[in-house]
Amino acid sequence: MCTTCGCSIGQTRINGKTIQSTHLEKPIQFRPLKHSNIRDHTPSLPIKNNRSSETLAFGTGLVTAHAPGMSQARMIKIERDILERNNQYANENRRFLSEQNILALNLLSSPGSGKTTLLVNTIEILRNKLPITVIEGDQQTNHDAARIRETGISATQINTGKGCHLDAFMVQQALQQISPQQNSVLFIENVGNLVCPSNFDLGEAYKVVILSVTEGEDKPLKYPDMFHVADLLLLNKCDLLPYLSFDVDLAIEYAHRIHPGLPVIQISAMNGSGIQVWADWIEANRLAISSTAQYQT
Amino acid sequence: MHELSLAENLLQIIEETATEHQLTKVKTVWLEIGKLACVEQGSLRFYFDVVTQDSIARQAKLEIIEIAGQAVCTQCNHSSLITIYYEACSHCGSYNTLKVTQGREMKIKELEAE
Repeated sequence: MCTTCGCSIGQTRINGKTIQSTHLEKPIQFRPLKHSNIRDHTPSLPIKNNRSSETLAFGTGLVTAHAPGMSQARMIKIERDILERNNQYANENRRFLSEQNILALNLLSSPGSGKTTLLVNTIEILRNKLPITVIEGDQQTNHDAARIRETGISATQINTGKGCHLDAFMVQQALQQISPQQNSVLFIENVGNLVCPSNFDLGEAYKVVILSVTEGEDKPLKYPDMFHVADLLLLNKCDLLPYLSFDVDLAIEYAHRIHPGLPVIQISAMNGSGIQVWADWIEANRLAISSTAQYQT
Repeated sequence: MHELSLAENLLQIIEETATEHQLTKVKTVWLEIGKLACVEQGSLRFYFDVVTQDSIARQAKLEIIEIAGQAVCTQCNHSSLITIYYEACSHCGSYNTLKVTQGREMKIKELEAE
C-alpha cells in the first residue's frame, strides 16, 4: 500500500471476485529511494507562498526549461495523453452504451452526501417507467449494492480495494457481467471522493455531482475539478436547511464561478422534495439519447 | 491520490514506446501538465520514481513543462491567463463567464533515450 495516500493496485473486486488489473503486472515494491534518486528527482520544494501567509500552496512548482544535455541519446516524440488507455476503455464503454441506447450517469460526491439514499428513492420513482441497472463503487463492502438490491433492482458492486476512484476498465468488466437491458438507465455510483474520480472518464453520458447542505458552501471552490467537469449539480439534504446556516445562493454562486451555467436541482433524498424534477431530467435525457440514436440510424 | 494511477499509465506508455523503438534506457521523460489539471506534481514525481524503479526508465529524470491556464470570457470575448477556475475576467471583471480553453493537459511529450 502506498505510504502517502493509501492507493493500491490489484485489489479491485466485482461482487467479491478479483478482476485482472490493467495496471502493472509486477507488484510495486515500496522501498526507500536511493540518495542519487532523491537528488535527481525531488523537485525544489513546491511550497511557493505568494497568496497568503497562512496557506501552504503545493502544486505551484517551477516551470522546467526543456534543454536536454544531448549525448548519444536520441529524442523520441510521443505526444500521448497520460490517461489514453483509460480513455480508450471509456470510448468503448460509450460506444456500447450508445448502441444499446442506455443512458449512463456517473454519480460523484464526497462520502456521506446521500448518494445511495438518493438512488434508492430515484429507483422508486423510475422503476415502473424505465429498466434500471446500478454499478456501485466503494473501496470495501457490498453494503451499497445490498441496499439497491433490496429494491429489487440489479446492482453490481465494484470494490476498488485501496483505490480512490472507478476507472473505465473496471466499469467495462462490470458491464460485461451485468449486460444491462437496452433502453435502460445505468447509474454508476463512484467512490465517495471529490478529487480523483474527476479525472477518469468512465464512458458515461453525464457526470452528476451531489453536494449536501451539511457540507460547506465553499466545496466547489475547494474541489474545483469535480465541479468543473460536472454536467449537473444536485444539492441534497435540503430538508435540513432550516436547522443549518448553509447559504444556498452562495453555494450555487461558487459552483457557477467554477462552472458557469452548471444546472442545479435542489433536492431532499430523505423527504422526496425535488426528486421528481431530477427524475424528469433523467427521463428527458434518456429520450434525448433515443432520438439521437434514431437520427443516427 | 490518483497520481499512482497516472504514474502507472505513464510507465505503460514509456514501455510501449521502448519496445517500438528498441530502446535500452530511458534517461529523461518530458510531460506537459496544465496548471488547471488535477495533478499534484510532487506526488506524481514520487510515484514515478516508485513505479519505474525496476523498469527501463529507472532513474530517469522527469521534466514537467507547465501549460498555462487560459480562458475566454463569454461576456466580452477577451482571452485571459488564469491560475484557478474562479478568477474574474481580467478584461471586464465578470465572474461566472470564463470558459477554460487551455490548462487541463496531461500529456507525455517526448523521451530522451538510448
